[in-house]
Amino acid sequence: MAHGPAKGFTRWLYTTNHKDIGSMYLWFSFAMFFLGGFFALVIRAELFQPGLQIVEPNFFNQMTTMHGLVMVFGAVMPAFVGLANWMVPMMIGAPDMALPRMNNWSFWILPFAFAMLASTLFMEGGAPNFGWTFYAPLSTTYAPASVTFFIFAVHIMGASSIMGAINIIATILNMRAPGMTLMKMPLFVWTWLITAYLLIAVMPVLAGVVTMMLMDIHFGTSFFDAAGGGDPVLFQHVFWFFGHPEVYIMILPAFGVVSAIIPTFARKPLFGYSSMVYATASIAFLSFIVWAHHMFTVGMPLFGELVFMYATMLIAIPTGVKVFNWVTTMFKGSMTFETPMLFSIAFVILFTIGGFSGLMLAIAPADFQYHDTYFVVAHFHYVLVPGAIFSITAAVYYWLPKWSGNMYDETMGKAHFWLAFIGLNVTFFPMHFSGLAGMPRRIPDYNPLWADWNMISSVGAFLFGAAQLLFLFIVIRTIIGGKKATAEVWEGSHGLEWTVPSPAPYHTFSTPPEVK
Amino acid sequence: MLSISRRSLGLLFAVAVAFLPALVYAGEWQLNMTEGVTSVSQSVFRLHMVILIICVVIGIVVFGVMFYSMYAHRKSRGAKAANFHESTTLEIIWTVIPFVILIAMAFPATSTLKKIYDTDNADLDILITGYQWKWKYEYLGEDVSFFSNLSEKSRQQIYSKAPKSADYLLDVDEPVLIPVGKKVRFLVTAADVIHSWWVPDIAVKRDAIPGYVNESWTLVEEPGTFVGQCAELCGKDHGFMPIVLKAVPQAEFDAWLAEKRAAATAIAEAAKQQLSFEELYAKGEEVYISRCAACHQDNGQGIPGVFPAIAGSAVATGDLASHLSVILNGVNGTAMQAFAEQLNPVESAAVTTFQRNAFGNNTGDIIQPIDIVNFQQDQ
Repeated sequence: MAHGPAKGFTRWLYTTNHKDIGSMYLWFSFAMFFLGGFFALVIRAELFQPGLQIVEPNFFNQMTTMHGLVMVFGAVMPAFVGLANWMVPMMIGAPDMALPRMNNWSFWILPFAFAMLASTLFMEGGAPNFGWTFYAPLSTTYAPASVTFFIFAVHIMGASSIMGAINIIATILNMRAPGMTLMKMPLFVWTWLITAYLLIAVMPVLAGVVTMMLMDIHFGTSFFDAAGGGDPVLFQHVFWFFGHPEVYIMILPAFGVVSAIIPTFARKPLFGYSSMVYATASIAFLSFIVWAHHMFTVGMPLFGELVFMYATMLIAIPTGVKVFNWVTTMFKGSMTFETPMLFSIAFVILFTIGGFSGLMLAIAPADFQYHDTYFVVAHFHYVLVPGAIFSITAAVYYWLPKWSGNMYDETMGKAHFWLAFIGLNVTFFPMHFSGLAGMPRRIPDYNPLWADWNMISSVGAFLFGAAQLLFLFIVIRTIIGGKKATAEVWEGSHGLEWTVPSPAPYHTFSTPPEVK
Repeated sequence: MLSISRRSLGLLFAVAVAFLPALVYAGEWQLNMTEGVTSVSQSVFRLHMVILIICVVIGIVVFGVMFYSMYAHRKSRGAKAANFHESTTLEIIWTVIPFVILIAMAFPATSTLKKIYDTDNADLDILITGYQWKWKYEYLGEDVSFFSNLSEKSRQQIYSKAPKSADYLLDVDEPVLIPVGKKVRFLVTAADVIHSWWVPDIAVKRDAIPGYVNESWTLVEEPGTFVGQCAELCGKDHGFMPIVLKAVPQAEFDAWLAEKRAAATAIAEAAKQQLSFEELYAKGEEVYISRCAACHQDNGQGIPGVFPAIAGSAVATGDLASHLSVILNGVNGTAMQAFAEQLNPVESAAVTTFQRNAFGNNTGDIIQPIDIVNFQQDQ
């Protein structure tokens, strides 16, 4: 029978409740977001001016590496798993996740993985310094000793992701309320279902590639060592076979979030629901056959370059369909602009800009000039920050009243939005220019030619960082108190999660709802 | 078409300037990709501009519709929501139109790529090898090869000991020369980790990968100096391994090759001389700072756990033969390179003498250039 949560720390340690686990994922991700953000600010502080002022090159490389790893595996991925934990059961009318004990485990191994990864900063020789893409042989023969801990941490993160993905698939396929057919599921559930399959397909590939590194480092194999008959380019093929689907793992659930929020505040159903589902599936499929566009300069044969160029250009089509659908959803709606909507609109605009630069990067001859410059840094930050981070932020504002039972302060939410929006663009837009002007990425010092753009980027980065402190304050304040939220929360909200009271009771849908 | 896009970028530039406070460095505010100096780099630039303009136009249309709805269809203006949510016709239209645009884009991209891949019939081959953190250039069949390091001038400016020059971090001790009007093929490889040889003005970026020899080419019509950098993270000093490429008339190029060959002969002669301890020590310090200090640090302390110390090290104070072996042959599987091919016997002798006597090592050993020559012969 329904009962409340246990008391004390063991509530969190032993919990199998999807809401508790969802909250822990979200808080963990929030903590990692600040840690990764701190690393980013060290980078931006050093790059404020030409010359070496604050850190040494080797430590700078540790910062770029740790920033990437912590943000990708620690902030973005766990945040989406947290949202899935909270929302998927409530959206499909299920009482909990299908595999609650595994759910507990998949969360609780994460803090250990990241504690281990962070501890490498204090080891002799320092943390991993070979970039988040850890290309061999820089990450094998030439790596600091801490690389072994990095490999172990990646294995644990991968295990956590795989378990989370299995759980989400099992929940969605088996626990939908009567009448909730697949094509009636909210788009967030659909995008997560597809994301979960991507995770199961590629996390083992990542585990494989780091295991091959481990063998090369400690067991005398030569997978990636040319001197022993191995192949450094093989590393890149295997890594990007994981890495490209990985970027969609970080963006597909964001599509789902935005597809929930825009119809709510446009007070109009999502345009082209079924085409959205098919577009998501197409993007997921294409993500498996485009990986070598990250490697246009490694010297593939002409035919290989052409195949990967054409395949990559195709991604623009389903992605375009999504953007057009969101815009058409807004068209002739009755729009209001609460904080979640502001973040979602910014998502559509800025993610599209990131998509445009992605299309430019797909043109292989032009990529020879863009590759490994700040233009690429601008591109993937435009996709990931307003893409993944803004959608997560939008989701938090959108569902926080449901989670906590209290409304957040709208004025403060809007202030947070504008600070983040301005900070983001001031940080990352100039990177297009410094990149086109020829500044390579991952360098701690640079020619004065790029000094102006770098100074602007650094100022923007600190503004963006400050905006997130405001976000933390708003979230805590809302959880503590505030205006009570209704069950519907938003005037235009639709879906099962809005039929339960706010805050959502510890156990929801113990009896399945009827979906018509 | 190009002028329009420059104007629109100019507008963005104006917005950025209006938006932000005055800046300390009066740089050049370069906004766009370089057009470069070769037919390949110009084709690449045109591709870049065409795709950029396509993106800007699509952006204006899509965001235009969006901003219009955000203005016209807001609840505060009394907008009532319509209820349409499907249109197969629309979905087909916005699938087909992008597809057609992409196909139109694929044609010029393919032909440019084919041009870039046509490395046949080169007049000159240069083998480029990436090392941590320098480039080696070998003129195949010309008996000329040398290493190119970050210049001492830039090195002095890193920690703001001297004001930064316009070519800060983009200048080298030995530039790589090519003759104008000749098709030059670059064969690119690496000795340790992956590097990437990139000179924007000729639109050549090729990864330098151990075990691979990648090919690219250029043909520069007018004399000029073009700079670039390593474009693939290759460890600590990735940001400090620039490229300076000079295109010169054929006659000047031939004279330069002859001069390089003469210098090699002079070095062989110099190896026979005897030097005093002071001469060796002073020369050795110079070599140490430019070649060793990047890893082992100016004070010989290294970086714990990454690069070993020279000060008080068992190698630098122990058996001379094993010390020479480390310097000249390198240590397999570590960042320690074989310096035999980077340093001449005088430099090797000097830096060994320096290491065995500096940083409190005080072994009193003096190593002459002839010792280096003999050591290499005995191996």
